[in-house]
Amino acid sequence: MRIIAWLVLLLTITIPARAELVIEITRGMENPIKIAVVPFRVQTGGALEVDLARLIESNLERTGQFVRVRRDSMLSLPGPDEQIFYRDWRAIDSEYTVVGAVTREGTEFVVRYGLHDVYGERVLFSERVPGGPDALRDIGHFISDRIYESLTGIKGFFSTRLLYVSAERRSEKDQTFKLILSDADGGRPRTVFQSSEPILSPAWSPDGSRVAYMSFRGKRAGIYVQTLATGDVQQVTSFPGLNSAPRFSPDGRKLVLTLSKDGNPEIYVANLRTGELERMTNHFGIDTEASWSPDGRSILFTSSRGGKPQLYLLSIADKSVKRVTFDGDYNSNGAFTPDGSAIVFVHRTNERFHIASMNLQSRELRILTETDLDESPSVAPNGTMLIYATSDEERGLLGLVSMDGRVRVRLPSVSESVREPAWSPYFN
Amino acid sequence: MKVFKQARIAGIALILAVLAGCAGQVNESASKVETAEERAAREARQAAFEQGSVANLKASAMAADTLFFFEFDKSDLSQDALDDLDAHAKFLVADRNAKVRLEGHADERGTRAYNLALGERRANAVARYLVIQGVNRTQIETVSYGEERPLSLVRDDSGWSRNRRVELIYQ
Repeated sequence: MRIIAWLVLLLTITIPARAELVIEITRGMENPIKIAVVPFRVQTGGALEVDLARLIESNLERTGQFVRVRRDSMLSLPGPDEQIFYRDWRAIDSEYTVVGAVTREGTEFVVRYGLHDVYGERVLFSERVPGGPDALRDIGHFISDRIYESLTGIKGFFSTRLLYVSAERRSEKDQTFKLILSDADGGRPRTVFQSSEPILSPAWSPDGSRVAYMSFRGKRAGIYVQTLATGDVQQVTSFPGLNSAPRFSPDGRKLVLTLSKDGNPEIYVANLRTGELERMTNHFGIDTEASWSPDGRSILFTSSRGGKPQLYLLSIADKSVKRVTFDGDYNSNGAFTPDGSAIVFVHRTNERFHIASMNLQSRELRILTETDLDESPSVAPNGTMLIYATSDEERGLLGLVSMDGRVRVRLPSVSESVREPAWSPYFN
Repeated sequence: MKVFKQARIAGIALILAVLAGCAGQVNESASKVETAEERAAREARQAAFEQGSVANLKASAMAADTLFFFEFDKSDLSQDALDDLDAHAKFLVADRNAKVRLEGHADERGTRAYNLALGERRANAVARYLVIQGVNRTQIETVSYGEERPLSLVRDDSGWSRNRRVELIYQ
């Protein structure tokens, strides 16, 4: 039995690493839950492209709320049908242990797994998850969501997706920009749109079926909405001047965006069905980076109307505008948390740009990151973390930070410079 | 490049033709004291002067800076920029067929969509100055690339100050 287990382990570790974004936890929680995810038994008659146990433990660890028990410290590697010797797991400080196996039924994979409470000496749950020939990663994310929700009481974000922009630069005027769609862990990156001109401000529709972004067709900028399943592209605007910073309304029927067709950057709402445009702001300063509140009643935007960029809240009903940020001389690119109770934005302090959050009731500002040039915060649909863009000396990177600022994770890419992340909503 | 030159020569020729036409009209009343020979000579001198003048203006414009730099989060033209912009403006006024594209840029600090707006403000500031000097708005095209096309990748003020710019490009 031991020999088979080691053979499985050997198989799983010789599979080439395919994750394009590698996780690096720069700061975690003080008392994370210790979880052992035993390598899943592969009973399909061949090696799998995905190491499910690795994927699950990485997913959980990325939240900062869990820490993995290393494989080489495990005293046994049981499968889902075998007895679990809880003392073996207590001995290595594992609080929870996950065991599983992958079998094949026709072209489908079936994953059976169980989650054990080591100190309670019981199975918390076990189940069987079937999926198509390409669904192993989906199954792994699904299992991660199940374990996370069972142990924290919070819905997981592992089955959600990310959009971001990658740029490969050969010279100032010779660059390749790509809009990339990936799993929430950065896996399975695929190009949604590619251009030699800049791509900016990708945004998700509330049902996750469409994405809006700014790009150039020819030499003129425009706002485009692309349906992910079909690749169909709708041009929403392409006026002279700016066409930028689109964000969907909570009902998915409208976009709020920035146009300078009347001479100055102003916020507009575009109806996606009728094409009708409504101008929302009227000021000689820069008004841009608008974002809808979850209740659809107001719009948060950046304006230089006070001399420096600050965040303002616009009431859709009467177009009245209230300033929201007062700390510091640069606050921009704001977005609401999913419950609408707080906003996240870019805040400059001591000449450095960080991600900050502000509770709209208490007005308390909290700085969440400590790198420089941090931007584009986008909150996970469960409200526990946000993804943002930062950079090292050479290139753009993506980072995650928990909403309390206590957990920070870097997702460095292997090649291109990445930026402008947008976290998807839930798909169901 | 060749097309560019030909278009420019055609433009100069057109201006000369218009100027020659005007000169001819003014001369009608003075024709009594001017012989045909004198008139031909004067016209030749005038043409040479005008041609030399547009060519000179073009030469000055081509020698002038095409990069104009800005302070952080600002779109005010520097005093330095004005002399060079004057040279471009004079040529653009003399040659109405000449067209420029103004590309506005920002440094990487601050957020991308805001910087896109800032780049446009900078391009518009240059455009406005050229228009005040008499250039037609139709001769000018503006676009903003925000912080997406930095000239320098150096991450301190030496690099950032090069990236906060408008590039003037003859079309």
